[in-house]
Amino acid sequence: MGKQTVLKVSEGKTEEAIRDFLKSLLKGGVIEALLVPKRLPSGDGFAQTLIHDPEKMDGACALSLTMPVQSARVASHLSVKNLNKRIAAVLKPCEIRAVVELTKFLQVKLDHLLLIGVDCPGTFEVADYSKMIQEGKEGGKLEGEILKGMERGEAVSPEGYGFRPACQMCEYPTPTADIHIKLFGYKTEEEVGLEIGEKLEKEMEEKGLVSYAGDGPSSRREVVGKVVAAREKKRDEAYQEFRGVVKDLQSFLDRFSTCIRCHNCMVACPICYCKECVFRTAIFEHEGDQFLRWADRKGGIRMPTDTLIFHLIRMAHMVTSCIGCGLCDSACPSRLPVATLFRSVGDKIQKMFGYVPGRDVNEVPPVATFKEDELKIESGAL
Amino acid sequence: MSEFEPRIVAFLCHWCTYTGADLAGTTRQQYPPNIRVIHLMCSGAVDSIYVLKALIDGADGVLIGGCHPGDCHYQTGNYKARRRVAILKGILTQMGFTEDRILLKWISASEGKLFADTVTKMTDDLRKMGPNPMKQLWNA
Repeated sequence: MGKQTVLKVSEGKTEEAIRDFLKSLLKGGVIEALLVPKRLPSGDGFAQTLIHDPEKMDGACALSLTMPVQSARVASHLSVKNLNKRIAAVLKPCEIRAVVELTKFLQVKLDHLLLIGVDCPGTFEVADYSKMIQEGKEGGKLEGEILKGMERGEAVSPEGYGFRPACQMCEYPTPTADIHIKLFGYKTEEEVGLEIGEKLEKEMEEKGLVSYAGDGPSSRREVVGKVVAAREKKRDEAYQEFRGVVKDLQSFLDRFSTCIRCHNCMVACPICYCKECVFRTAIFEHEGDQFLRWADRKGGIRMPTDTLIFHLIRMAHMVTSCIGCGLCDSACPSRLPVATLFRSVGDKIQKMFGYVPGRDVNEVPPVATFKEDELKIESGAL
Repeated sequence: MSEFEPRIVAFLCHWCTYTGADLAGTTRQQYPPNIRVIHLMCSGAVDSIYVLKALIDGADGVLIGGCHPGDCHYQTGNYKARRRVAILKGILTQMGFTEDRILLKWISASEGKLFADTVTKMTDDLRKMGPNPMKQLWNA
């Protein structure tokens, strides 16, 4: 548990208040640079930006409502090789959980990387957000409405739009981070919560950037509980629906029949970090004869081939670490429920090992460890 | 039509099960010829992709043979294989595919008889189960 304080907001400008706080980290020399989502000049989207000059913080928006990339990947690129100065990254809870997983796989180094987590009401598909802005929600109006809803834990999307399905069923709306910006339960036009983790609590106070006081609104716990409960309900419904549709391999293939094997889900996935993926090697460049033999045996085959093995092996390789960010869903040109597949299957596999991906950097991923006395599968059933 | 004869692809570790299979041969144990052996250095070297590729491409069953717990030549390869097989079985079960077609078995270098018995039993079981439905999926 870190130390609590609040960030006062003047004139209802929550975004500005958070931005000024982030700016103070740069100015105060706590960090050398800051990775933060910045509003695009067109106003209809966000892009992660690495900012060095505190005067270039205009448009930086901690509560960005889209997730064009999984920033855990960005954090990996930034930190894994030769990062010798301290930087911070403003991330969503799922991005932080992906960072935790990648840290275990030695793809992120946290030595010089501070994590700033923001309570997450959910995100929109990039295209949806852009459309909403064009339909007259510009100027942070949409953010304002959603922030208001977060006080009661009822962030609602504008009519005709919805949060990304993965966000609707995400039971981790609050992050664990070095600096935690708390929105749920706070009257965000007046104040937002701040929790400074152990790593920084002394330094921040000494530099005069914060003074610790208060526990924040008593309703926060209840509000977060309400959000989690609603999302868990949604998640269980999604699992049930999916398991109803996918009963056997044939029904799975029917549901995924529009998969064009573009590998977008794999590219977007923060956990799929292998530099040389087996699906990108010559192993899957079959000879012409081979296709004919398959076609001969089965009467005919669907082209391109290897859809089933692609999804099943991707699951076998990383489902224990799937943190459910749903970027695979967003990346799929055929709008297949890849995230629901991974979450629904992953849920049971993760429970088998009592493993919660993204919970703690010190946990060892199930595939990298074992217990001598476990899994009596040698003689047959699990 | 002739009776169904299952085909088993076996991934055997060099130090225990493969040597055990050798012993089965030199001691003239009888077992069905339904098995095709692939020789690996360790059961821990078996990636789930090998198992799945075999099943999709026509095997009716897959046998993974390794050293008994505690006996792995590389200390812990077999324990890791066990986790990997458990994960794959867990995924396949949720996809409605019977996990019984995948058998993980610890057979030491001195257990030639056990190897022969395992192959005999597995062949019988698969014969009862019938052909692997996965190999006929036209869109797999």
